[in-house]
Amino acid sequence: MSADRSVGAIAQHHRGRLAATIVRRTASFIASLAVTFVGLTAVTFFISKLTRIDPVLAVVGDKATQAAYDKAYQALGLDQSVFVQYGIYLKRLVSGDFGMSVLTSQPVLSDLLRVFPATFELATFATIIGVLVGVPAGVLAAARKGRWPDHVIRVVGLFGYSVPVFWLGLVGLFVFYGKLGWVSGTGRLDVFFDDVVTLRTGIILIDAAIDQQWDIVANAFSHLILPASILGYYSLAYIARMTRSFMIDQLSQEYVTAARIKGSSFWRAVWRHAFPNILVPLITVIGLSYASLLEGAVLTETVFAWPGLGLYITRALFNSDMNAVLGGTIVVGTVFIGINLLSDLLYKLFDPRLRAR
Amino acid sequence: MSTALGQWLMSEAPTSRRQAILGNTYRGVRSIVTNPTAFVGLMIVALLVLSAVFAPWLSLGKSPLDQDLAGRLAAPSAAHWFGTDELGRDIFSRTLYGARVTLTIVFLVSVVVAPIGLIVGTLAGYLGGWVDVVLMRITDIFLAFPRLILALAFAAALGPGIENAVIAISLTAWPPYARIARSETMAIARSDFIQAVVLQGASTRRILFRHIVPLCLSSVIVRLTLDMAGIILTAAGLGFLGLGAQPPTAEWGAMVSSGRDVILDQWWVATIPGMAIFIVSLGFNLLGDGLRDVFDPKST
Repeated sequence: MSADRSVGAIAQHHRGRLAATIVRRTASFIASLAVTFVGLTAVTFFISKLTRIDPVLAVVGDKATQAAYDKAYQALGLDQSVFVQYGIYLKRLVSGDFGMSVLTSQPVLSDLLRVFPATFELATFATIIGVLVGVPAGVLAAARKGRWPDHVIRVVGLFGYSVPVFWLGLVGLFVFYGKLGWVSGTGRLDVFFDDVVTLRTGIILIDAAIDQQWDIVANAFSHLILPASILGYYSLAYIARMTRSFMIDQLSQEYVTAARIKGSSFWRAVWRHAFPNILVPLITVIGLSYASLLEGAVLTETVFAWPGLGLYITRALFNSDMNAVLGGTIVVGTVFIGINLLSDLLYKLFDPRLRAR
Repeated sequence: MSTALGQWLMSEAPTSRRQAILGNTYRGVRSIVTNPTAFVGLMIVALLVLSAVFAPWLSLGKSPLDQDLAGRLAAPSAAHWFGTDELGRDIFSRTLYGARVTLTIVFLVSVVVAPIGLIVGTLAGYLGGWVDVVLMRITDIFLAFPRLILALAFAAALGPGIENAVIAISLTAWPPYARIARSETMAIARSDFIQAVVLQGASTRRILFRHIVPLCLSSVIVRLTLDMAGIILTAAGLGFLGLGAQPPTAEWGAMVSSGRDVILDQWWVATIPGMAIFIVSLGFNLLGDGLRDVFDPKST
């Protein structure tokens, strides 16, 4: 009886400690997110100070009187110290005020919200391709370590690390669109489908599917598949390499040998015994590659005229639209940092060894 | 190699400092040359250096800048091995000269990034305490930044050009080196020979620069080689967007960009400089992989 109670007490104690750990980890996640965000905005603030564009002229125009100029100069806080200016800047950002875009004459925030779904669609689809191909490839390479499947996968991965994405995009367009005609060209949809889709989520595949416009879904897919595959190739290279090294670690463990001795087949030992153990670090890897895809999308979007964040930033860049450039940088940066730290947090929460500490 | 010299070099008990250094160099070179991956990589990198140095001779007197509007967008032929671009410039010659730009960027980024990473990392690792906390916090912040986007914003603010591209890439590339240098330093700082020089009264600066930094170098160099491909790709990406070397300089990323509009009809304009970027990044990746196998067998 007393033994029972003590077991229960220990279990309760453990649950309490677990909850405390989760709270602590989450708090430290939010703290590092905040610190990194402050760092990121400090850098973008610094960049905005580097530009030779007069922020006052952007507000009052070049025909303003000296008095109007001075007034705007003070209103922007430019007569105060750099730290106060940064404080004002940070306050504006947190309230969602990224300034006006010179190029579109719209608030940068509403521009960013409009273009983000396109990038999200591209990066998500690319990650799905990367995971579906990369994980099995990595497992196969580890299981056949040092033999030809391993070498083939290594070379394919190495090519992925080495090829310039913008060039691969161009060559892909040349071959699959220009020569073979297997896919559609640039943009998200053919021109005659423009403005036909009612935008709800901003993700055309989903929006068109809701309205059951299957011809549009098919068209959107044939536009998406090439840029997403090219982008997915990158995450594939990274995911396959990491999966391989995690699996090699696991396959050299004694429990795999034990499973084999007990009569489990080789592939059963690989998938049922070893593979579940790499899931936690794999989540981190997939998270990291997803974050880097959001970034890698910049060049891909430029090549494929894909109207997402990347194209928005590069267009703004060539029109000296610094508000838009920095706004885009902050959004991509924040999402990037968020995913980075979140995958770190998930890793810590799911890994029992780290939890114990 | 005569056996006497070979034995002298491979000796387990060198009798002089010179013998030890030469022996180590010999072992390193031998393991790189006998490792097929590293060897192929080394050859590609050597090819890059050779084409950069000898570009005026290898291009057979064709200037990378001379325009010939009558012969624009000509297909590859005996006269123009890789064809001509939209201004009738010889692509073969431009590709060779482009190696110079790539090599310049690679060199400049290395000499900026490695020292910053080494200084931050060794200081944090050796001094510990609040110095470590502050420096590593800053490193973590920079590590979490999106590299290409930040480089893009920097290049946009500073104006396009090679120098600014280098500054932009360097600002976002140093954190991994600080991390590596720190972890190496923390291991080295505990060893007996450091305690010995401390007891002999060596200053912190002397310990850091004469005893710790040299031992961190090999890891930093391996990492630098592995990162080179990424640096080249980022630089080419900036060039492709028009933020790298400015026209009429022959830069591979910008050359790909200039071939964009004619990719469907004149494929060679964009394809050939892209191949050059690909081969060079592949070379650095292979060399880096090989160097890692040689210097750090644990991690493979």
